[in-house]
Amino acid sequence: MPSHVVVDRTAKHVVLICASASFVILGAIFIFTMREGAPALQEIGLYNFLLGTEWRPGQEMFGILPMTVGSILVTLGSMVLAIPIGLACAILLAEVASFRVRRLLRPAVELLVGIPSVVYGLVGMLLIVPAVREIGGSGFSILAASLVLTAMVLPTIISISEDSLRAVPKGYKEAALAMGATQWQMIWHVQVPAARSGIMAGIVLGMGRAIGETMAMIMVIGNSPIIPTSPLSQGRTLTGNIAVEIMYASGIHRSALFSTGVILFLIILVLNTVATFALRRGLKAHHVA
Amino acid sequence: MDPKMQTRHLDFYYGENQVLKRVSLNMKERQITAMIGPSGCGKSTLLRVLNRMNEVIPDTRLQGEVLLDGNDIYASGVDVVEVRKRVGMVFQQPNPFPKTIYENIVFGPKMLGRRDKAYLNETVERSLRAAALWDEIKDDLSKSGLALSGGQQQRLCIARALAIEPEVILMDEPCSALDPVSTLKIEELMQELKKQYTIVIVTHNMQQAARVSDWAGFLLMGELVEYAETNEIFSRPQDKRTEDYITGRFG
Repeated sequence: MPSHVVVDRTAKHVVLICASASFVILGAIFIFTMREGAPALQEIGLYNFLLGTEWRPGQEMFGILPMTVGSILVTLGSMVLAIPIGLACAILLAEVASFRVRRLLRPAVELLVGIPSVVYGLVGMLLIVPAVREIGGSGFSILAASLVLTAMVLPTIISISEDSLRAVPKGYKEAALAMGATQWQMIWHVQVPAARSGIMAGIVLGMGRAIGETMAMIMVIGNSPIIPTSPLSQGRTLTGNIAVEIMYASGIHRSALFSTGVILFLIILVLNTVATFALRRGLKAHHVA
Repeated sequence: MDPKMQTRHLDFYYGENQVLKRVSLNMKERQITAMIGPSGCGKSTLLRVLNRMNEVIPDTRLQGEVLLDGNDIYASGVDVVEVRKRVGMVFQQPNPFPKTIYENIVFGPKMLGRRDKAYLNETVERSLRAAALWDEIKDDLSKSGLALSGGQQQRLCIARALAIEPEVILMDEPCSALDPVSTLKIEELMQELKKQYTIVIVTHNMQQAARVSDWAGFLLMGELVEYAETNEIFSRPQDKRTEDYITGRFG
């Protein structure tokens, strides 16, 4: 066999093996977490585990509903702020800002993604928690956690939304302007709808990041395993539940923490699938055009 | 009769690069004016100047006057939305929005503040009829505009431009992306439209200019070399460069 053919085939196989590695790792994570978590699920029962409102490892009570509610609340709370702000920033960067402003802002946005979450947590403890304390309570709260998360998911939403706004064909924009639409009408009625699926994907990926965030949440949310009754009350997230307790947990308690991980895994899986479908639909729409 | 649109000593620059040089041109009402010339001669730029679409591009500069019914559309205080409402445009590549056929047509009127359902319905039918598309798609108004064929898409874009009841329609090589049958349909349509509208068309296809237009201008490197009635320019060109171009010696 000629040598270049050998090189070709070897390269192909190496790439294939590397590519399948991520798949194998994904499967391994799921299987091992599942295996560790299974005893707890058998002992507690799926119903009591998912819908139980008391998490008291000392008394063998393992209901994760408070944490699920906590995770959902901080995620939704951050989205309420991050979606409008993120979309506004994306529009600014994609359409309104001059080249110079964009050259400054875009790297700043990208830098925000790279900051370790523990640093967000520190800033949250330093600035946001005391500010929330002024309103009431200890400051460590769902509200503080939502605010910190907002800052953390913004870059994801901004950069993906900006890219999809930019990908809108020039012809759509020109057609709208030529019909007497103002720039804002064009952006709002043509560009944003045409980029809708990409923006959706950005939002869903942002939600994935929010659900998965651990360290920054532990630092500002208070970590009480209770169902929050107001934005000012403390709470705990699914991720925080695992991280706070896993180092000293054993037996059924340890297994219940792995089950918490399985639930997290499934939530993220669903969110990512939604995002992938949204993006693919968006690509197709542009393809037809 | 006064011309519907006029340019007077029009200079236009992209940055330092001058693409139109002292162009003075009259576009007569309810006539078709064609601009011909080789690629890069400035004919598309000239068209975009007529409804201020050039302003979308940064770092451009314009001198001279562009008159619509005798009034300068670049004068201070003139609303660009008003200009574009009166001077509609059809682009080279059919560009219907990824919305339904109905939504495509009511887009313009809606942006201009019309919400009245009966008016919008009537506009859709009137515009599609005027664009010779009504009979083909009247039962498919809720389908995506992108589901139509290329020629139908272009006629949809014409209908969409007609929906805001313009007075002038600018067409930027409207057939260059279409097959010969669709091209013929658009050319027939133009003959119908000129009964009511003033049309300015840019084309690189000289046969098309000869077939459809009443007046023709030859642009070369930003300069209006010759401008006359179409049969005049094609049968007895006054300038050597025009003659060379239309006889296919260059371009």
